[in-house]
Amino acid sequence: MNIQVPELSLIVLIGATGSGKSTFAKKWFGAAEIVSSDSCREMVSNSENAMDASADAFDLLYYIVGKRLKRGLLTVVDATNVRPEDRKQLVALAREYHTLPVAIVMNMPDTVCLSRNEMRTERTLPVHVVNSHINSLKRGISKLKTEGFRKIFEFRTEAEVADITGIDREPLWTVKKEEHGPFDIIGDIHGCYDELCALLTKLGHTVDAATHRVDVLTGRKLLFLGDLCDRGPASPAVFKLVMHTVKEGTALCVPGNHDMKLLKYLRGSNVKLSHGLKATVDQLAEEDTAFIEELKVFLDSLISHYVLDGGKLVVAHAGLKEEMQGRGSGAVREFCLYGETTGEIDEFGLPVRYNWASNYKGKAMVVYGHTPVYEPQWFNNTIDIDTGCVFGGKLTALRYPEKELINVPALATYMEPTRPLRMPGTGNNLQHEQDDVLDIEDLMGKQVIETRLLNLVTVREDYTAAALETMSRFSIHPKWLIYLPPTMSPTETSTLPDYLEHPAGAFSYYKKNDVTKVICEEKHMGSRAVVIVCKDSTVVSRRFGLEEDSIGTCYTRTGRVFFTDKELEQAFLGMVRDALTARNFWEEMETDWVCLDCELMPWNAKAQALLQHQYAATGAAAVHAMTEVVETLRIADHLPETAPLLKGYEERAEMCRLFVEAYRQYCWEVKSLADYQLAPFHIMATEGRTYFDKDHVWHIETIARYCGGEGNPLIPTNWKLVDLEDAESVADAVNWWEALTAKGGEGMVVKSLSFIERGSKGLLQPAIKIRGREYLRIIYGPEYTLEANLTRLKKRGSGAKRALALREFALGVQAIEHFVAKEPLRKVHQCVFGLLALESEPVDPRL
Amino acid sequence: MLLTITTRHTPATDLGYLLHKHPAKVQDIGLSKGKAHIFYPVANEQECTCAMVLDIDPVGLVRTNDGSSGNSFALEQYVNDRPYVASSIMSNAISKAFASALNGKCKDKPELVDMPLPFEVKLSVLPVNGGEQLLLRMFEPLGYTVTATRYTLDDKFPEWGNSRYFTVVLKHTVTLQTLLTHLYILIPVLDNDKHYWVNKEEVEKLLAKGKGWLDKHPERELISRRYLRHQKSLMNDAMAMLMKDDIPEDIVEAELIPEPEISTPKLHDSRLQIVCDELLSTPVKSVLDLGCGEGKLLKRLMTHQQLTHITGMDVSSRTLEIAYRRLKYYQLPDNQRKRLRLILGSLVYRDRRMEGFDAAALVEVIEHLDTVRLKAMEKCVFEYAKPGKVVVTTPNKEWNVTFTEDESMMRHSDHRFEWTRAQFSDWCEKVSTTYGYTYVIKAIGEEAEHVGAPTQMAIFTLIKN
Repeated sequence: MNIQVPELSLIVLIGATGSGKSTFAKKWFGAAEIVSSDSCREMVSNSENAMDASADAFDLLYYIVGKRLKRGLLTVVDATNVRPEDRKQLVALAREYHTLPVAIVMNMPDTVCLSRNEMRTERTLPVHVVNSHINSLKRGISKLKTEGFRKIFEFRTEAEVADITGIDREPLWTVKKEEHGPFDIIGDIHGCYDELCALLTKLGHTVDAATHRVDVLTGRKLLFLGDLCDRGPASPAVFKLVMHTVKEGTALCVPGNHDMKLLKYLRGSNVKLSHGLKATVDQLAEEDTAFIEELKVFLDSLISHYVLDGGKLVVAHAGLKEEMQGRGSGAVREFCLYGETTGEIDEFGLPVRYNWASNYKGKAMVVYGHTPVYEPQWFNNTIDIDTGCVFGGKLTALRYPEKELINVPALATYMEPTRPLRMPGTGNNLQHEQDDVLDIEDLMGKQVIETRLLNLVTVREDYTAAALETMSRFSIHPKWLIYLPPTMSPTETSTLPDYLEHPAGAFSYYKKNDVTKVICEEKHMGSRAVVIVCKDSTVVSRRFGLEEDSIGTCYTRTGRVFFTDKELEQAFLGMVRDALTARNFWEEMETDWVCLDCELMPWNAKAQALLQHQYAATGAAAVHAMTEVVETLRIADHLPETAPLLKGYEERAEMCRLFVEAYRQYCWEVKSLADYQLAPFHIMATEGRTYFDKDHVWHIETIARYCGGEGNPLIPTNWKLVDLEDAESVADAVNWWEALTAKGGEGMVVKSLSFIERGSKGLLQPAIKIRGREYLRIIYGPEYTLEANLTRLKKRGSGAKRALALREFALGVQAIEHFVAKEPLRKVHQCVFGLLALESEPVDPRL
Repeated sequence: MLLTITTRHTPATDLGYLLHKHPAKVQDIGLSKGKAHIFYPVANEQECTCAMVLDIDPVGLVRTNDGSSGNSFALEQYVNDRPYVASSIMSNAISKAFASALNGKCKDKPELVDMPLPFEVKLSVLPVNGGEQLLLRMFEPLGYTVTATRYTLDDKFPEWGNSRYFTVVLKHTVTLQTLLTHLYILIPVLDNDKHYWVNKEEVEKLLAKGKGWLDKHPERELISRRYLRHQKSLMNDAMAMLMKDDIPEDIVEAELIPEPEISTPKLHDSRLQIVCDELLSTPVKSVLDLGCGEGKLLKRLMTHQQLTHITGMDVSSRTLEIAYRRLKYYQLPDNQRKRLRLILGSLVYRDRRMEGFDAAALVEVIEHLDTVRLKAMEKCVFEYAKPGKVVVTTPNKEWNVTFTEDESMMRHSDHRFEWTRAQFSDWCEKVSTTYGYTYVIKAIGEEAEHVGAPTQMAIFTLIKN
């Protein structure tokens, strides 16, 4: 005989010592599935027999059981559990995690238990203890059902136990992960049959209204969210259509509270004929009893909710919290039918609904109805598509996975709503409003962030703490922070005598990883800037949810404002916007905003403090001190020993002068807006799309189309495409770099032609910089080129920097992809927050 | 990096005996961060100059991450003025190269030790944190004639202004020993930085080298404070890393512009006392101090047994560490420690740990938030945490006229705004109607005519329904 238990259940073994519980458990369940009081006792006290440790042992047992149930794992409790108070806590745990408690009772004859007890070598309990176990068990056995056990199995003899041939784990009815759709999910119909037929037709299905038949488009499936009946003019017809499709397997249906109330009525319970039920009852009076019987069976068969498409989609009439999804309990069913209320009553005398979705962080998209809304809104990956058809609104369907909303208007107002569909002040965007404040819980502590490019990216706790402070004190509003650029690794240290960095290193990195085409881009020497610019200021509130008078933002790679002067910022962005508008950017890219990854010049525009505090200061000190030293040594030329000193200091004095020359290249006085230059090199995103699928030539050429012209701050970036298998092409690129850097250029950046490139060992560096010999004085100090210094400086490793660059790249890409997909800001912010946190990793800043 | 000492005493070559260095030779002295070359560009009866040129190894200068120096990964560490200036490394070189002179010893001509001689000293370049004024205040009281040439940051960019580097010429008739002790102490004081970790030994060095002059110097307090300067960074390592491209302006400003010292300790204390009284004026049992800083308010609150739960929150983990120390958290008896909790948190992120308190205080906190983030703070405090009472204090901008005519001047470089009384009252009105609170506004500190008191305070009370 096989016995059947639900796939997700808490199995409570009940039986006196020696009744064979442990043997039974070991035979039929995995070792990890069994939580035994004996092993817990051993864990807390070193001994299975330390009865004084029982209280602590059970604390541990409950804790483990709770954690397992929370994670959705079947769990077997191996303890005597003979007293009702022992079982009470377990039933409560099962309820807390919405799992079904199952009792398996080992009600063996006394003699069996006693003789087994005596045979034990390690521990023998006094006979009176065993007897008392047996007595408690027998007294309690009849009450198990009232205690809350949903399934009870009892075995009275060893033979019965021996007869068991297997334990079947029944999948939960709610879990239909193998159903992948695509689906047409339809909101609350409430007897609006004509609108239903119109909607199904609009969705492309063929409807025969008279016979209530639907020829569903091949491959698609209908999903009804319940509340098929009440208030509207034709509930029976709606039922008939839905029942047909469900029967034919072209539809699934979850129950609504109205449907269940009708079922109660049909079963003869005393139900008040209010809330539109009266209309349904009257309409059903016309139907024959066979249909009524069929309807009762149908309503009774409805499952509270469904988990579909590999767990990516959940449907329930009133929505469902994450911890209840795919679970079965009375509480789950209640939630599915009614949702949550706050206990308050609103001005219209209706219970105030608690918007469970505002705390929803689950992975599954939840589609629901129940609460009529004027317009469906995506909110934390959930959507309410009850658009109050019966109240004169419209009937809405959601196409899944397309996320497309289709609706038909109501043909009449069949009932006046008690509460108006559009409450004053509820026209605002729920998601934008919630995104005003993000929850620290999602950001602090050790973070493990899922990314498309690298799977999981881990960020240490001390780094997130540092990021909290910078984000809170210095960063721009999180709603603007949809992307941060990754750090960039330099090339491997050059083996050439006079160079620290040389293009050969970067080329060999890509070649080694089987990339043959790379692009070299001139590295502008300014400050990295992310620019978001909108077609006009309405886009800022509509798309970004910010109530401010602006057309965009410009921020640094650490998420701080670029221009501290807001007016200047907006004037600058205005110039960028106008340049884009003038060349039809918005039309060509079908968008009203764009996010660009750029370099903003001059360097001193943002780094003035750094320049004054560090570079110019060092330069001034070095040049003047060196001059004085050289002069003093010249006076001492009568001492022959000073000759080598003089030579050395003269050489170093020249290096200090070159240092000053180096930083001066990148500075110019900023008198007006016209003195700024912006060189975008990536188009990160526009409405509805990112551009990671486009190669770098596309990015750079597309951007070039919008550069140049009077009053346009946008400047193009020089580039070169290199074929790594062609020696001439490589040599040409090296010469190009030599020429660039000889003129004082910062250097160049080498990237694989495609934006995202993987090698045999995984994701490749998105970019590698090769900085010029003179530029590097700014980084390594004026005298780094002295042989004695260079030899030591060459001992650098870029491993940590590269690992960091990859993780930051993955997080940056993920952030903007989340934003484009209109995910809640929480998910975007987790990525940029994590990226910023990673920046506090101790990596040599000179790299 | 250059020090020359010249005398025109006859015979000038006595200088060689005094310094214990032969005028015809070039000598090298090993230093921990490099070496010093000592030679005599001029050495005759009429004039003798001894030069010391530092040869500091810029690569070797990079500090190891031993935790004492802070900011070990800041880029600043790798490119800086240290190899080129007269700093504590110069003092160190003086004490090594001219040890006997500094200690008042001269083997061959001991009579010279106590003889004041006319000296001319040149330092190039000397970094002066405090400008020419400070330079004069340091040397003139000791009798020196000071000639200083200040350098611009960059001739090509005159708008960047002056650097803090000078070539300084000092003239005085004084004993060599005294001269060297002056230089030994005052070079690092003017520079206001130390290349090593300052420990207790430094106090003894200061007393020894300053003997006979420091106690009479009018700037003795400043000298001691700067000389014994700990390299206490304003930022912890992780923060420094985050800021590496972008030194926060407040740090820079703190260096460049002296802050007006207007937030007197007295005002701060009375403000805390008043806030404390307001919090305790009703039978609240739990209090949340948002932006608790180093825990001054918490300390006061702890003395009131009425309170059973006191939580301090701050956004800086470093500040919290200081708070733990100041409050002697780990030495508190169990029953006291249980009343107190410190949490790392932010006012612009919703935090469930902030919920369920009878009262909350935001003392001089809101003005540190960018105005665009205020809405998040309002929601966090008034909508989500929803304490029964909220006490908020912030500076009254109008009062600033009592110390400055500059309207844009704020009382702290990190203040993002300062409100007039009308602006504060508008904000209180908006917050109270949006989130269901009533409020009263009170003034803290001595009121000045027409402009009110230095600090304004609002007490919000939740309307219970």
